[in-house]
Amino acid sequence: MSDDLLPTRGEQVQAFLGRTPFAQEIGMRCEVMGDEMTAIMPFQQKLIGNFTIQALHGGAIAAFLELTAMAQVYLVTEHLERPPRPINITIDYLRQGHAKDTFARATITKMGRRMCSVRAEAWQDERSKPVTSLLAHFKVSGD
Amino acid sequence: MEDDATPTAEPWQVMGENLDIMTGGIPWGRRMSFRVTKLEKGRVWGVQPWKERLVGDPDTGVIHGGVLTSFLDNLSGMAASSSLEKARFVSTLDLRIDYMRPAEPHREILGEAECYHITRNVCFTHAWAYHESRDKVIATAAGAFAINKPRSVESLREF
Repeated sequence: MSDDLLPTRGEQVQAFLGRTPFAQEIGMRCEVMGDEMTAIMPFQQKLIGNFTIQALHGGAIAAFLELTAMAQVYLVTEHLERPPRPINITIDYLRQGHAKDTFARATITKMGRRMCSVRAEAWQDERSKPVTSLLAHFKVSGD
Repeated sequence: MEDDATPTAEPWQVMGENLDIMTGGIPWGRRMSFRVTKLEKGRVWGVQPWKERLVGDPDTGVIHGGVLTSFLDNLSGMAASSSLEKARFVSTLDLRIDYMRPAEPHREILGEAECYHITRNVCFTHAWAYHESRDKVIATAAGAFAINKPRSVESLREF
């Protein structure tokens, strides 16, 4: 990458996801639109947590949401050289995740100097019927 | 289905006899490759091995937090089911994870979960992830699980 053509933060987020094994493992992609992004986790058989009812594993959805929240924070914190580290997360399992593609978006509720608070929601067929929601705190001081 | 347990066996006893299939039968559990190593009534221990594909930070090789979430979620759910008198599925209502310190790369992570309170419909759990002991914990979890409708104790073998 040449100095006179630095990648945008959106490209950096994409690049980070592209070289992070676990993001690849869950098959996560994201579409960046300025300072917003939508993440996509296409359905794969290995994401199943319950055979009989063909439901996605809660842990897979939670991991997807945590990555989405982290990517969203990274997208808007130009001062950070590396993606932010999570302090804690709370996952609220609202509905059964079915054997189909899952989408997620994250909103930053409060951006502080050292920490930030983020909410993320995952949905499948209808955005208004979230499958799982997440509340996370990340460390955003660059040390 | 061979029957070596009496019909009066408690759920945790049947679960304890079938530790391998508890996680091996779940595609996501297999993919994460965690194992349950020991089970008592309301208490479960497990191991999450380090794997290249689970790395969340390509620069340090540290496993992604989401792997710990899956691991502790699963252990907590088992601690909840194993604490019940009748065989029932439980489903996670919510789970909170606190990340205390980063895991070390290339090292397996040990985990344990306990169900410390049960009401008619809900089990409450605590869980810990660490390399050596609970004194130096990597992450802790607090969960609440909804208790689903009863099922036969034999169905626990079909995980």
